[in-house]
Amino acid sequence: MRDEDIVVIEEPPLNPAERLYLPQIIEGMTTTFRHIFKKKITVQYPEEQKPVPLWYRGVHRLNRDEHGRVACVACFMCETVCPAHCIHIVGAEAPWPDREKYPVQFDIDELRCIYCGMCEEACPVDAIELTPVYEPVGRTRDEMVFDKEKLLEMYDRTIALKPRKDPKITGYPGTGGRPATHDPREEGAA
Amino acid sequence: MIEFFKTQFGFSILLAFIVMNVILLAVAYCIYFERKVSAWIQDRIGPNRAGPWGLLQPLADGLKFILKEDIIPEHVDKPLFVLAPAIIMIVALVGFAVIPWGGQVDLGGAKLIDVQVANPDIGLLYILGVTSLGVYGVVLGGWASNNKYSFYGAMRSTAQMLSYEIPLGLGILVVVLTSGQLRLEQIVRAQIPFTDPQSGAHLWGMWNIFHHPFVFLIVLTCLFAETNRTPFDLAEAEQELVGGYHTEYSAMKFGMFFLAEYAHMITGSAFMAVLFLGGWSLDPIGVGWMQWFHHDTSLLAAVLRMLVMGIKIVIFIFVFMWVRWTLPRFRFDQLMRLAWKGLVPLSLGLTAWTTGLVYFGKPTTWPLTLLGDIVIIAAALLIAARARTPVSGRQESLPAVPVT
Repeated sequence: MRDEDIVVIEEPPLNPAERLYLPQIIEGMTTTFRHIFKKKITVQYPEEQKPVPLWYRGVHRLNRDEHGRVACVACFMCETVCPAHCIHIVGAEAPWPDREKYPVQFDIDELRCIYCGMCEEACPVDAIELTPVYEPVGRTRDEMVFDKEKLLEMYDRTIALKPRKDPKITGYPGTGGRPATHDPREEGAA
Repeated sequence: MIEFFKTQFGFSILLAFIVMNVILLAVAYCIYFERKVSAWIQDRIGPNRAGPWGLLQPLADGLKFILKEDIIPEHVDKPLFVLAPAIIMIVALVGFAVIPWGGQVDLGGAKLIDVQVANPDIGLLYILGVTSLGVYGVVLGGWASNNKYSFYGAMRSTAQMLSYEIPLGLGILVVVLTSGQLRLEQIVRAQIPFTDPQSGAHLWGMWNIFHHPFVFLIVLTCLFAETNRTPFDLAEAEQELVGGYHTEYSAMKFGMFFLAEYAHMITGSAFMAVLFLGGWSLDPIGVGWMQWFHHDTSLLAAVLRMLVMGIKIVIFIFVFMWVRWTLPRFRFDQLMRLAWKGLVPLSLGLTAWTTGLVYFGKPTTWPLTLLGDIVIIAAALLIAARARTPVSGRQESLPAVPVT
């Protein structure tokens, strides 16, 4: 460190009243006293809950298509992209004519998951999505490994709250109607 | 049996029993109140789950303290380690013995009975002595813990208490000179106007806070230091000293230290109410109203007076908490500077002024007493304006040390 880099800052001189501390103390006490009567910001958690945005990254769900079947095509993109390796898929030949594969088993370890949302971004058919549900609980670790049925049930539970993405629009009202893949930096460049 | 309680001795025992239990309960609820006040000041709600409005929270806290494992570390001085929390609690509680709660009451016995556990001639000195003993609990706790952080805390606390004892004593001396009494009950009476129904003689008096507002502030400041409350809680500055003198304590032993702080606060509040707010008086400037309330010897009047006293104590406790959640902690050298360079000269000057008033036989002549405070503060302001040393205590013009 060079000498010229050192900046010596002198304390501002106090006036006599400030040296008595009292005016400052009274000012501070008035401020805190006013806060006593202010509106409290506490959210009484189990009874009250703060609304979370629709794009909140909570528990996953597996979407159903219009026929009520699982929308997943077992492409393994999410399992590959997952940084926490918490998705395990067992694929098999699909019994339906509109796709080649479907998952016979689809497990997500919700304790291992870091809720980064990369599975949702990787999914080519928007089958896996994160929901605003943020309080999954279980008594054992095994219980927290969500299988296909549980993930589909999560879809049934949250579909009213968060509708399935329309693949042609891919976006939610909360994002200002812009596609979710929109990059604000591009907007500035254009 | 009933006759026994109508004598001063029996009544004192009964009162001691009641006061003791009420105080212990109040101490527990002080912690609840502290948490509530801190929450309100920080725009939160505070404990509200245990019972209605969280009122059972102290019970839950107490139960937790009792059920926790009571660890006595291997390296400690065991007898003193066990004794320290007891000492600090006892010392905090015995101070209540001389607090006058509500004047005198006529229970049909031979004599009027003081609503006071004990009424010695030197009540004020007793309180001073007992509150100073509080430092023993802190020092023994810190020393017996055989832990350098505890010891630092204890040392800080000792130096702090010894320093603040001086302006505290001087400030109280002003009150003693003003009222000419060491008996706490008489100090209260000196602040209440009294017209004798027989002779018609009128004794004037008003709250000491209006005689000496700055003495009130000085004594209040010292009381914060004596009770180890913020902004003077250096003995338990957790950023520097882990937990201070009670680092090594756990379970109910820690609980004792914790509760003793609040017991000290209640004693201090009662003491302040007696010295400066006229005890049970509701007549701040001595207009002489409510003679029945102030002087009647019926049980009802005594109970009402006790109630007023209690309300004043609660107000003081609220101020203690309000200050705690407003002001940041002093640094140690600032603490010492405030005591020795600020409060001691100020209180010395005020004592001198009051002594002068006593010499001329006018210790309670109103504008003169207040004038003393104003003159002394004005002098202090003048000196402060001329002095150029930085308040923060930073060393001036340190030579630049080349960095290698």
